Amino acid sequence: MGLECKEGKLTTLLGRNGMGKTTTVKSIIGKVSVTHGEISFRGESIIGMPTYDIIRKGIGLVPEGRHIFPNLSVKENLVATANKNSGLATEWTVDQVVEFFPALGDRLNHMGDQLSGGEQQMLAIGRALMLNPQMLILDEATEGLAPLVRQEIWNRLVEIKQLGITILLIDKNIDEFIDISDFHYIIEKGRQVWAGPSRELVDDSGLKARYLGI
Amino acid sequence: MAKPSGTRSVKVYLGMLFLLGIAPLLFQWTNQPFLLDLLSRGLIIGIAALSLNLILGYGGMISLGHVAYLGIGAYCVGIPAYYDIYDGWIHLSLAVVTCALFALITGAVSLRTKGVYFIMITMAFSQMIYFIFLSLEEYGADDGLVIYARSEFPVWINMEGAISMYYWIFGLLILTLFFIHRLVRSRFGRVIIGSKYNDLRMQSLGFNTYGYRLTCYVISAVICGLAGVLLGNFTSFISPEMMSWTRSGELIFMVIIGGTGSLFGPLFGALSFLFLEEALSLITIYWHLIFGGLLIALVLFGKGGIDAWLSKLDK
Repeated sequence: MGLECKEGKLTTLLGRNGMGKTTTVKSIIGKVSVTHGEISFRGESIIGMPTYDIIRKGIGLVPEGRHIFPNLSVKENLVATANKNSGLATEWTVDQVVEFFPALGDRLNHMGDQLSGGEQQMLAIGRALMLNPQMLILDEATEGLAPLVRQEIWNRLVEIKQLGITILLIDKNIDEFIDISDFHYIIEKGRQVWAGPSRELVDDSGLKARYLGI
Repeated sequence: MAKPSGTRSVKVYLGMLFLLGIAPLLFQWTNQPFLLDLLSRGLIIGIAALSLNLILGYGGMISLGHVAYLGIGAYCVGIPAYYDIYDGWIHLSLAVVTCALFALITGAVSLRTKGVYFIMITMAFSQMIYFIFLSLEEYGADDGLVIYARSEFPVWINMEGAISMYYWIFGLLILTLFFIHRLVRSRFGRVIIGSKYNDLRMQSLGFNTYGYRLTCYVISAVICGLAGVLLGNFTSFISPEMMSWTRSGELIFMVIIGGTGSLFGPLFGALSFLFLEEALSLITIYWHLIFGGLLIALVLFGKGGIDAWLSKLDK
């Protein structure tokens, strides 16, 4: 499959359950060994690199299931993961993350397991932003969240995109984010079956029914 | 990691440190040299338990060979003393370097494993050291080695006399507590704590957790080695027996009884363990039976250990 995330754009990876979306993400960040093909980030091959090296190159991952550290406070979750050597002119700080997600402001000293699902998701995104990424990957970022919380996340993604950060989004609520996204890939059984801009996806209702079951 | 401490439990901790600080004077006043000896031994083992807690409680690395560093530290006093080298700074430096090197080499191998394999490999390395010292006839082999004089330091910080020795131990305890307190609240500490919960997640956030865990393992070994220096000086005798893997098991028990991943817990655990051992042995010669039962009960019902009971004061 071919997947290209254009700089500063929001690209989505779509497909039914079990089609290989999360495996694709794991391949990108080096969690799954790739036997053939090529994966590059900003022109540099990242195949065979350890995960921590790939992440340090500027990829922030918001994983499926959030995986907040329950034994660290909200502030510690953010501070512990901060990348202070990103080389970027402006780097994310805890204050900026709190400004971005005000709901976290009152919860800074609470432990990770004392947050609601929505707050945990905001923290997971905030934690990824503290890595000062040039690319953000969100794997099922809104799974199990209330519609209002999901809307809050989409709004924040728009702002993140405006900052020039490339986004790769994997999610099921396509109707909610189609307006903010730029390009889409649909995969089935590990193979790319369609790629195109938002307008083409909206216009082709059969496509969604066929590959996404919507 | 323990949740932010409340004021009541902090008062208990500070009160305990104050009592430990004035304990030698109280024991001298009441003419109880045995209790001072027991407390000194308890604090040395407490420092070793604190060092184990750094990797076990905060980092989730269950080592069944940690006591090897206690023995190495003690032999770093005994072997130079055998050659009439009594300079305390040499003893301390030797213990730091030897423990750090041994931990670096064994940790580099051990930390490539996880779970039960890590437990087994740390035990294997510990047994290796145990049998090496057991075969060194020059240094007493299984008969052990008598240390005829304590490490020499400038007169204002010498180790001569029970009270001076006690304050050396108390001083190292305070330094260890402060160091661990700062370490676990630093970025380094948070990576270690996070790695205990989900190592793969921490790697996915850009951390080479292997390097962090190895550094933590080495730091922990050095602290335990320093406790060993004090143990060698305190007992004036060392033998390979103090490096037996069963001693490492006792150290793990102390950490669990006191409360894993808490700052003061292992100290409470070590003191309770030793005092209970002494108290029960006064009652009956079959004290092991009662002691074993109590330990089982504590592990089964005392969830979170002594430190968790204390933290209930804050609720």
